[in-house]
Amino acid sequence: MLAFAIRRLFEALLVMITVALLAFVLFRYVGDPVNQMVGQDTSLEDRLKLRHELGLDDPVLVQFARFIANAATLNFGISYQMKQPVISIISDRLPATIELALAAALIAVALGIPMGVYTGIHRDSWLSKVFLTVSLVGISLPTFLIGILLIYVFSVWLHLLPTFGRGEVVSIGFWRTGLLTVSGLKALILPAITLGLFQMTLVTRLVRAEMLEVLRTDYIKFARARGLSERAINFGHALKNTLVPVITVIGLQLGSIVAFAIITETVFQWPGMGLMFIQAVQHADIPVMAAYLMLVAFLFVLINFIVDLVYVRIDPRIRILRRAA
Amino acid sequence: MSEHPPVIPQAEPKARLSGTSPDESDLTRSRIGAPLASVSHRSVRDDGWRWLDSDLVYSFTRSKLVMAAALLTVLMLGAALLAPLIAPHDPYDLKSLSLLDANTPPAWEQGGDARFPLGTDDQGRDILSTILYGTRSSLLISLTAVLLATGLGVALGLWAGYAGGRVDAVIMRAADVQLTFPAILTALLIDGVMLAVVRNTTLEAGKFWVLVISIGLAYWVQYARTVRGVTLVERNKEYVEAARLIGLRPVKIMFQHILPNVLGPVLVIATINLALAIITEATLSFLGVGLPPTEPSLGTMIQIGNRYLFSGSWWMVAFPGFTLALLALAVNLLGDWLRDALNPKLR
Repeated sequence: MLAFAIRRLFEALLVMITVALLAFVLFRYVGDPVNQMVGQDTSLEDRLKLRHELGLDDPVLVQFARFIANAATLNFGISYQMKQPVISIISDRLPATIELALAAALIAVALGIPMGVYTGIHRDSWLSKVFLTVSLVGISLPTFLIGILLIYVFSVWLHLLPTFGRGEVVSIGFWRTGLLTVSGLKALILPAITLGLFQMTLVTRLVRAEMLEVLRTDYIKFARARGLSERAINFGHALKNTLVPVITVIGLQLGSIVAFAIITETVFQWPGMGLMFIQAVQHADIPVMAAYLMLVAFLFVLINFIVDLVYVRIDPRIRILRRAA
Repeated sequence: MSEHPPVIPQAEPKARLSGTSPDESDLTRSRIGAPLASVSHRSVRDDGWRWLDSDLVYSFTRSKLVMAAALLTVLMLGAALLAPLIAPHDPYDLKSLSLLDANTPPAWEQGGDARFPLGTDDQGRDILSTILYGTRSSLLISLTAVLLATGLGVALGLWAGYAGGRVDAVIMRAADVQLTFPAILTALLIDGVMLAVVRNTTLEAGKFWVLVISIGLAYWVQYARTVRGVTLVERNKEYVEAARLIGLRPVKIMFQHILPNVLGPVLVIATINLALAIITEATLSFLGVGLPPTEPSLGTMIQIGNRYLFSGSWWMVAFPGFTLALLALAVNLLGDWLRDALNPKLR
């Protein structure tokens, strides 16, 4: 277990260094930091002086080390476009994205698992067919189209829900939450559905496939032979055994949710990190892009790492196999 | 492919009378290398139409859904290809546009105009024509991007699998790192970086290649992993050994002898990837980091239409959106079918 964790940690470190290198190259060579900081009429000597002060004439390796050290202390420089420290922009935007992502994940799990179990048990019922059709549509429709469709139906047509922003927010320390006000919750519904739909279809299909597989096994037949109730068989024996891959996929999908949040946040003008990133791309705001890159990479690596460990933890079969090997 | 047969030909139960069978069925047979059991009840044709008896064609004619998807894909491809000929208006011809025609609803609605069957957008462009031209550029970008991803992935996969050792480790590690992130995020990041680099070039062609490269680079991993896997198996077979013994160069062995054996799975991935590429292109254009709004693509049309959603001009977003969804669905269905049809385990 420990050796496994260390090897995983090493791999995670490799990913982080690669990404940091990319971010550094981006930061250092795409768009000259000095040009972005001074005006047109700054003299060459002043530019050189500034260059020296910023340490831009040091050896590249020294600069890279400094970049990593800065990143580790969350110092990502100053946004070209907004003229604020990048980290303050991010800490401003982070809560919005996290609340949206968690709401979407909740929808995906709370609806996806029951739908998957149902379609797995009742293979040929009409409701299963409806669920599967919905999930096919969910996979084929691009996220932004789903968002636009929801806006059209629920806002333009029915006037039920707001179409953009987070509604009213309440500050708890630095965390500004929209979960405590009615308007905040109402504003969350459509973006969360948009973001969660794809993951929901994924969970549904996965649980269904796993259920079909497990229900064929001998121990389910044996449970049936013992005269256990359908409920006990389906939930106590079958579902429990499908959960390992499901938990893995859900964990890994948390990362995808953060990625797809870029699209959802743009459609709904949700003031999160995704919208910040798109605006940074549109304005070639390199420090923000570099910081986003590093942060998202860290998040992904962290999630992957945790999922790997949990995976070993919850499935005794893997542990035993590993010990035997 | 047919010009250079492998040194030791694949076992093929029925002697081929004409050497000109299309590579599609050729490919399945050589990959599966099994007798065409499911069609044995039919008389064996001995002219150039024998490919009609292949498993692939048989399973194709079995599913109405797949045939509908194929028909739809061909229709849309054709319409996109012939856009300049069949479109009633030219959305690039700024002279023909009139702001007086802007925001016209579809012909059957109140205030519609028979000249614009599906209405017009905010600049008076005919939606139908713009969709035709837009599908054209969307498909052009996606196909080129898939080609790039396929070429890159297949080449790297072959190299990694055939060379092994350090080359293999480096390539596959890179693939692992990239696989940590969803492809759409990778495409967005590459797109963002490249836009920052080519910021000062206003060339429209520049944007085309930015999109192609970002999408292409985002999707190469799957090809590389699959091709590497097959290559690892193939490189130990006798025919590769024979090719090596007669002193062929590794590049020749990889591309002429091993490559034909990995084309089946590659074709499946490429089809499914095409749907993904179409959606990715539309998403990037929709986010405003793809094609410029003046260039009609399905994504930019939806982006423009989205701005007018609240004024009730639903047609500006509904028709391009519907086209995009239909295109993605059709290609996806084809890909799913191809995956099952080419998978010997599922027979």
